[in-house]
Amino acid sequence: MSAPIDRRQVLAGGGLLVAFSFAGRGFAQLAGGGEGGAAPKVLRPDLPGSLKSHPELDSWIRIAPDGAITVFSGKAELGQGIRTALLQVVAEELDVPPFTISFITADTARTPDEGLTAGSHSMQDGGTALANAGASVRLLLTREAARRWKLPAETLTTDGDGNVAAPDGRRLGFGVLAASLSLHGEAIADAPLRDPAVYRTLGRNLPRVDIPAKLTGGAAYVQDLRLPGMLHARVVRGPSYGTRLANPDLAAAGRMPGVVRLIHDGSFVAIVARSEWQAIQAMRVAQAGDYARTRPVLPVSEGPLRLQALPSREIVVLNTRGPKRRSAKTVKARYTRPWYSHASIGPSCAVARFEKGEMTIWSHSQGVFDMQRATAELVGLPVENVRVIHTPSAGCYGQNGADDVTAEAALIAKAMPGHPIRLQWMREQEFGWEPCGCAMVTEVEAAIGPDNRITRWTYDVWSNSHNNRPVRAGGYAVAQEIASGFPPQEAKPIPMPEGDGDRNANPLYDFPDMDVRYHFVPEMPLRVSALRSLGAHLNIFSLESMLDELALAGGIDPLAFRLAHMRDERARQVMETAAQDFGWAKRPKGDGRRGCGMAFARYKNIGAYCAIAMEVEVERETGAIIIHRVHAAVDAGQPASPDGIRNQIEGGIIQSLSWAIHEEVTFDETKRTSFDWGSYPILRFDQVPGAIDVTILHRPGLPFLGAGETAQGPTSAALGNAIADATGARLRDMPMTPAKIKAAIGLVG
Amino acid sequence: MFQSPPPVLRRRTIKRLIPLLGGATGLALALTWRPAIAPIQPPPANSFSPTIVARGAALAQIADCMVCHTAPNGRPFAGGRPLKTPFGTLYSTNITPDPATGIGHWSFAAFERAMRQGVSRTGAHLYPALPYEHFTHVSDQDLGALYAFLMSRRPVAAIAPANRLIFPLGFRPMLAGWNLLFLHQGPLTIDPSESAEWNRGAYLAEGLGHCAACHSPRNLLGGEERSHLYAGGVAEGWRAPALDQSNPAKQRWTPEALYTFLRTGISPDHSAAAGPMGPVVESLSHAPDADVRAIATYIASKMAERASSSPSVPPTNKPYGARQAYPIGATLFAGACAGCHDTGAPMAGQGRPLLSLASDLSDTDPTSAIQAVLRGIEPPVADRGPNMPPFSDNLTDEQVAATLAYARARFTNQPPWPHLDRMVAKARKESQP
Amino acid sequence: MTILSVNGKSRQVTASPDTPLLYVLRDDLGLNGAKYGCGLGQCGACTVQLDRMAVFSCVTPLAAVGTRAVRTVEGLGSAEAMSPLQRAFAEEQAAQCGYCIAGMLMRAQALLDANPSPSDAQIRQHMQPNLCRCGTHIRILRAIRRAAGPLA
Repeated sequence: MSAPIDRRQVLAGGGLLVAFSFAGRGFAQLAGGGEGGAAPKVLRPDLPGSLKSHPELDSWIRIAPDGAITVFSGKAELGQGIRTALLQVVAEELDVPPFTISFITADTARTPDEGLTAGSHSMQDGGTALANAGASVRLLLTREAARRWKLPAETLTTDGDGNVAAPDGRRLGFGVLAASLSLHGEAIADAPLRDPAVYRTLGRNLPRVDIPAKLTGGAAYVQDLRLPGMLHARVVRGPSYGTRLANPDLAAAGRMPGVVRLIHDGSFVAIVARSEWQAIQAMRVAQAGDYARTRPVLPVSEGPLRLQALPSREIVVLNTRGPKRRSAKTVKARYTRPWYSHASIGPSCAVARFEKGEMTIWSHSQGVFDMQRATAELVGLPVENVRVIHTPSAGCYGQNGADDVTAEAALIAKAMPGHPIRLQWMREQEFGWEPCGCAMVTEVEAAIGPDNRITRWTYDVWSNSHNNRPVRAGGYAVAQEIASGFPPQEAKPIPMPEGDGDRNANPLYDFPDMDVRYHFVPEMPLRVSALRSLGAHLNIFSLESMLDELALAGGIDPLAFRLAHMRDERARQVMETAAQDFGWAKRPKGDGRRGCGMAFARYKNIGAYCAIAMEVEVERETGAIIIHRVHAAVDAGQPASPDGIRNQIEGGIIQSLSWAIHEEVTFDETKRTSFDWGSYPILRFDQVPGAIDVTILHRPGLPFLGAGETAQGPTSAALGNAIADATGARLRDMPMTPAKIKAAIGLVG
Repeated sequence: MFQSPPPVLRRRTIKRLIPLLGGATGLALALTWRPAIAPIQPPPANSFSPTIVARGAALAQIADCMVCHTAPNGRPFAGGRPLKTPFGTLYSTNITPDPATGIGHWSFAAFERAMRQGVSRTGAHLYPALPYEHFTHVSDQDLGALYAFLMSRRPVAAIAPANRLIFPLGFRPMLAGWNLLFLHQGPLTIDPSESAEWNRGAYLAEGLGHCAACHSPRNLLGGEERSHLYAGGVAEGWRAPALDQSNPAKQRWTPEALYTFLRTGISPDHSAAAGPMGPVVESLSHAPDADVRAIATYIASKMAERASSSPSVPPTNKPYGARQAYPIGATLFAGACAGCHDTGAPMAGQGRPLLSLASDLSDTDPTSAIQAVLRGIEPPVADRGPNMPPFSDNLTDEQVAATLAYARARFTNQPPWPHLDRMVAKARKESQP
Repeated sequence: MTILSVNGKSRQVTASPDTPLLYVLRDDLGLNGAKYGCGLGQCGACTVQLDRMAVFSCVTPLAAVGTRAVRTVEGLGSAEAMSPLQRAFAEEQAAQCGYCIAGMLMRAQALLDANPSPSDAQIRQHMQPNLCRCGTHIRILRAIRRAAGPLA
């Protein structure tokens, strides 16, 4: 782990660094897919990606006189490989070897505020910005060389190794050229990007830069941070959000060996000890005993359908009511998904240090910039006295406990100046207290005409907000525990085209007469926030399940039925590619046991395209599912690293299968009851598909389309379709467990 | 069922008894010779009424047919599951209607004879790993439904590996002697003084459910000791606790608690289903609700009049005394077990049984407690529930013994288990594949 | 004071004997490989080898280790000199967030130590106790296969 960098060192800088230019904040842009707080104000709408808000080149790229290049990005490595992908982008456009670049990410004191690292926006916002910034810098360097050599700039090239080259073989290093340039100017909107035909780095499978440390026990995670004098903290809590301990035995806990301090503020209790094990043991002592519920009881009998009973605000997503056409067959169905856990393998962790009035926080939050402001409010410090440095951790897949644990670490550190505090949640605290992924309900009624074309599409979706990320102190769970308290953040939907509960509720298909409504439910039966793909997961599951139900009613091939309703050429190609690779035309037809299913989506209708086809086998005696093979085709525009996308898609497929088959947050009236891996099982090795093949479509030079979430919806939908094809039983409520499949097949089998 | 010999049984003892069994066999052979029953053409699956097939499906869950007749990762009912016994290893047979390798050629008469008398269609004697001494009590109607269910399954061609038995038990006619000694045919008698539910439970538990097969001690020939039915037995290296008045549970089993246990694999006042009981509750979780209630009512009644138990007792927890007696065990427990089993651990707040309530820890026989530590516990029903890791590679035999001695001293009022080290070593040996 | 053999070196630690090996490795010896994932022996992020067997270090008290040899992912190889298994993981790019990977490596190494040429089914079965949330399973299986060499 790199040593924490002193603020003064940063500001002293070197080379081309002149000054920091952090723009004011506004409401103009949906960075991070609309999650989190308002993104920085747009200053240059003509520039691509995050350059709109941070047009100055030296916010992104600095070149020292010795040629050392430092690149800054506000996006964070979450295990999705974005660090490598962004490095490839900027290396390509600067035309330097990627490993010569020092790459600084998501640090409130050093990098541009790019909002959240979320919503599959990192390539679209951050990648595009870095591409243009790199191209702009390369253009400026080339012009400077042209000026020195008195040659026309268009005759000069770069050599891929940090030099500008003249036709006669002369070379000038970037450092030498940069020394007489200022990059504290704005990016050049039309700076020419490199020709994909001569790419050296972009589009190649560059090995991920973070992997070697992860394979060898190198310091790779916030959990591995060890600061001099660091103490270990644990929070003392009831079993889940909405509870508090009735009478924690703090006196007994305080007598435990190694305990340095008990923090007790309102109902927030934390133990600080010399060693981690001592903190855990004292926490157990304090935690023994009963708890009380502090919020309305949990909806045990209704489950997700509780959302339909709560007051909601209706948002019209689409209304294309047109002339009525004759409908031959109508299908009506309701689809649901339960509350999910993010179920990160590593419980959330943060390190905070309060020293000389300055708070430094190492956090794996996806939103270090929001966190800087919200934490400052929580601990009562000016924003500029709080610095948040993103430090990787276990994959989060949305808002897990990362933000909460950081806020709590900061509160503890504030109470113990001079002592770095490392706080990690326990496994059961992560399951019990993190915001869940939203349960959702959809109701779809659709009809086909005698020509087997869809004539009508009525769609209703019920959901809580998927965006309860803390932008104010009140967004943290602990804000309702401490004596001073902060009012909870108001839950808001994300407007289209990103959407949250209605994300992908608007079909990309060509349907006439559509009526799509989002019933936004402000009241949250369980604490919820963002989980990978937000509402797109159930919306695509519903849409793509209904397409198969209609195709079955019309006796049409599901692929042909989709293609008949799709005009978007790239969407068609993705579907046809997946079908081709899978062998859709000569697939085994459903025989009661084996079957095949497919599904498609373009994430948010503005991100990456993804089609999935899979072959499954259902054991009719038990309902057990074996997934023999999965084929995916993805169009993500110009890929930075095809293998990086492949890794994301493979992972998305497996995670979505796990959601669709196994997962469900369980609860009784007073607490969540899924608290460990026994009560919240996820997919294990024996259930992994026999094979997963991913085809990345070749799209040289086309804009980046975020691909990290695009597999979530189509995979669950393809599974439901394959089960229906195999068994004749249509499952509409996730998780589609063996027990539910067996119940649908019936005892006779 | 041969899987449950008394724990002291040694292979040599068995060998000494074999001439005796052989003698009985010799006498019985003439009387017990059985003819083959003529093969039939496999009846089409749709020749059976769906209502009857569905009834058969439910009964098959109570009988656990699939558990024994499915190989690991194999097709349901296609056989091949190994069963280790002191007499050797048996492999379950294919009971799908595949004509060549399954029971496709079996008429109902052949099926009935196998279930009631332990004789295959060909006339060969079956090993009593098939608990026909229980199935013999099943009604004609229920046997008919089971037959309809099995004959309407998907035929799977699968040949089970050959049994590997100690000489001369591979000679099947010897089993005729076993049958003379231990097979008691005929329906069970109704007890008019008990409720209809109790009688239904008795019918299911004694017949298809074959609970006594594991939960009773076995004599030297592997027959259930009829004078000690339900006094506890052995199954696959685990102790099957007594289900009579000597049941070790701290808290009395009520029909409701037992129903919850059989249905979900866990009872908050008792324990979690472990070892071979896991698949049993997995099967029962799919059985008809009323039938599981009936079984619970019947079995609970057998444990009811226990003097030593009361419906509700305060948990025993003596950490200080136990630590003084077993300091090493206390240290090991703190690092290996306390994360789940101490007060303040997450399980405690989630309705999971306290160790002070666990039967395994109060039992006179430490075998199941040892096996739970060595092999762990997998979630029995729907892959969701108690999940305890195996400690066989973390802890040595001495360390397991020290940890259990501490736990017993801390959470029960029972005397220390004698020879715990040796028992751990023996259990570890039995848990090797 | 306890003396441990970790990655071939004798190490002295002062942690109390009930401390799970996980915290001794991480906090007393500064080794990052073993991770806290659940503390319950359910996820495998903390997997290390104890006399070549894969164990959950989060439920292995220091007092239980005795003279048995502890091996962590740091004992396999370094970023500069990876072991064959680590190299196979690198070649397959078998990580996303990577939090589970050190545990995966140690469990897989235990398999290869006992059986240098396992079947695919044996690999899956052996890896069953360890959880991955990013869905890197296919690559992990491929990496272990690669390290073991093709099936004979």
